[in-house]
Amino acid sequence: MAIIEQPRTEVALPAGAGAPALVTPKEAKGMFARPVQPQGWRDWVFTVDHKKIGIMYGVASFVFFIVGGIEAGLIRLQLAAPNGKVLSADQYNQMFTMHATTMVFLFVMPMASAFANYFVPLQIGARDVAFPRINAFGLWTWLLGAIFVNLSWFLGGSADGGWFMYAPNSTRLFSPSHGIDFWALGLQITGIASLTSAINLIVTCINMRAPGMSLFKMPIFTWMVMVVQFLLVFAMPVITVALFLLSFSRSFGGAFFDVKQGADPLLWQHLFWIFGHPEVYILILPSFGIVSEVLPVFSRKPLFGYKFVAISGAAIGFVGWGVWAHHMFASGLGPISVLVFSMATMMIAVPTGVKIINWTMTMWGGKLSFTTAMLFAIGLIVEFTIGGLSGVTHAVAPSDTQQTDTYYIVAHFHYVLFGGAIFGLFSGFYYWWPKMFNRKLDERWGKANFWLMVIGMNLTFGPMHIIGLQGQPRRMYQYDEANVHTRFWNAISSIGVIFLVLGISAFIVNVIITHRSKHPRYQTTLDPWNARSLEWMTTNPPAVHNFDAIPTVHELDEFFHRKYAEDHETGEIRQVATAEEILADQQAHADKNIHLPSPSYWPLVVSFALPIIGFGVIYNPIIIAVGAAVAILGIFGWCMEPSVAPTEDYEPPASTPDSTTKELTA
Amino acid sequence: MSTAVAEHNTGHDDHGHGGHGHTSTGLSNNKLAMWLFLGSECLLFGGLISTYMLYRGRHPKGPGPDQVFSIPFTSVSSFVLLMSSLTMVLAVSSAQAREMRQTKLWLTVTALLGATFVGGQVFEFTEFYRKGLGFTTSLFGSSFYTLTGFHGVHVTVGIIMLMALVGMLKAERVPGDKAEVVELVGLYWHFVDIVWILIFTLVYLIPA
Repeated sequence: MAIIEQPRTEVALPAGAGAPALVTPKEAKGMFARPVQPQGWRDWVFTVDHKKIGIMYGVASFVFFIVGGIEAGLIRLQLAAPNGKVLSADQYNQMFTMHATTMVFLFVMPMASAFANYFVPLQIGARDVAFPRINAFGLWTWLLGAIFVNLSWFLGGSADGGWFMYAPNSTRLFSPSHGIDFWALGLQITGIASLTSAINLIVTCINMRAPGMSLFKMPIFTWMVMVVQFLLVFAMPVITVALFLLSFSRSFGGAFFDVKQGADPLLWQHLFWIFGHPEVYILILPSFGIVSEVLPVFSRKPLFGYKFVAISGAAIGFVGWGVWAHHMFASGLGPISVLVFSMATMMIAVPTGVKIINWTMTMWGGKLSFTTAMLFAIGLIVEFTIGGLSGVTHAVAPSDTQQTDTYYIVAHFHYVLFGGAIFGLFSGFYYWWPKMFNRKLDERWGKANFWLMVIGMNLTFGPMHIIGLQGQPRRMYQYDEANVHTRFWNAISSIGVIFLVLGISAFIVNVIITHRSKHPRYQTTLDPWNARSLEWMTTNPPAVHNFDAIPTVHELDEFFHRKYAEDHETGEIRQVATAEEILADQQAHADKNIHLPSPSYWPLVVSFALPIIGFGVIYNPIIIAVGAAVAILGIFGWCMEPSVAPTEDYEPPASTPDSTTKELTA
Repeated sequence: MSTAVAEHNTGHDDHGHGGHGHTSTGLSNNKLAMWLFLGSECLLFGGLISTYMLYRGRHPKGPGPDQVFSIPFTSVSSFVLLMSSLTMVLAVSSAQAREMRQTKLWLTVTALLGATFVGGQVFEFTEFYRKGLGFTTSLFGSSFYTLTGFHGVHVTVGIIMLMALVGMLKAERVPGDKAEVVELVGLYWHFVDIVWILIFTLVYLIPA
């Protein structure tokens, strides 16, 4: 349902009262009619509600998680025994390229967007993001771009140059299928989505905070999301340039990577990694934010050194720009460059170490409760630290030269990405599920999920350290029987995948059971974890307008400080209010006339134009013109349509324009 | 491609604060978004300019920069583009003084000056092509056309924004604070001009 206008009567509603009478536009003006209170699937497709958009990001990216997992499974099946016959060399190239592309661009990034979209406005006490239609545009553009990249499987084969797509190896001469064209244009499209969402979320964090919430009272997850969005704003245009050069070379005969004409193969590497290294922090920082929320809640202590965690996150984001060439130590950069980038890389371990210490100190002396969310957060600390330590060995350039392009690198980045980014996201699922769906995921299935994934990931990625140091190269599609040293560990690594499959299946089963069963075990209270931040100060799931009254913030961990206070005589912390009482108080002082942005067709129209243009670049320039026409029409329609339906569209007229709009950003 | 975003940010998503100045920092959401977008654009042109600087001396086949560039001609068209920034400033100041007739006039003049520049660029490209510099001829050709082409597309998008704005002002269809919308288009326009100053200096004036 899309509540467009939700007027409140002067009389305070009793707590938990039914939905108030709605006033909705009788018709909708704009360039054309706009959707008014759409029902069913239309409600989702035309929505601009950040919570619905967040859920759609989550569902879609989980589907891609499974797709990427199947690709990974096929890779390990191929390598389980010598002379694997599951995939041909060409299929194997496509498989590892698309596995990485899917996991990075179509799972971890959008899943972090799912959490960011859903929780940033709630955590800062806002009713929506700054630009709700751009938010919807970001979702649909990302999804269509993701589908576009994957369409190449059915249209002559996928991209096969690795996720870094080094040119000139990715030019038409070496990869004649359309796979890389789909890849480059598809990532261009998802890049537009990332850029627009990033601008939107930064403006939201900076401008939409509840009264009293200074930057250093913002919850740490919101902090990390904001740092990530800054990285995206400045990293995306660099990969945009690289992808344009690649597409222009492949589709229009540009000479950029033509070595015969004197092209420099390092150009692509520099452009790619100037984007690519900030990108790894784009992947990990949201998960750092999630565990920084989870650990204090389940340790019954405030986050140790909140400001240090926030500032070290920003420092990681900043130094992350100066380390890209450590991906290129083997390319002959010269001793001074290698030295500088080597030292910068060691330096970036410092703010990361600060975070590890802060998390550990948060748990130290706390009353720990080992829920699944907490287990995943602790899992992140342990597994990410292992990955971080092998990362420091790459920072040492002479050692890195030995490790370049071996499975040791594969082991490293799976520890930080699977053990780091993905564990953090799973921690977020278990922690925020009650908030999003008013159901609690089952703890027993959750623990099975966690332990199977921990065992699975260590079995799968642990042995890769060994086979890497023994010299097995990455991206090698077969090895022969003579390779007795690596045979055993390759087999172990492939067996580990079985545990990962079981672990992730346990999560899916858990979700199904939780939503099917009527058992009271899956019921949740308003504040099941005794949480600390603002998103818990509203109903489960939050109403479409998030808060009945925008809270005024006085403290970091505002919700905790409303529940607990220090007894002045004994100096003990004791509970002064329950979550239910706080919510009832808020409902009693509800804002009148909450005016929310209206649903819109235009984001979807503009999003659809982009893959059409992509098909045009690959197949026929006439299609480009069609796509461009759709885009221009869509943008004009968008500009002509006010983001909030005008007052005169309402029946009965709601009230004066002033009182209907001004509370929105309070 | 990302220029489409600029269009979205120019004042049409101003729910909840348009005219009310009701944000945490007091800054307008739209203006903040435009500045962030322009920050992102800096890196886009940074990448393109770096590519050009790396490749401008590499032209084993076909002409090099010294054989094709006509500095007097490009100086004149650069001057025209810079003057359009002046008229844009006049448009913004008339909009802030609520003189909408003047605003529309200056916006139109800005668009015309921009169109003159783009026309000059089209002429220049045909001229270079006649002299034997195609997009695929050499690394210099590919990177030159890509860099200046991207800039030309940005100017063209700016012209469309200016003309659309004039039309919307005429039809009274500009939502929210009109002066701010004019200012936002102005920010974009000045940015494109500043990028041209860089490109003109690095590409045309400094000998390869």
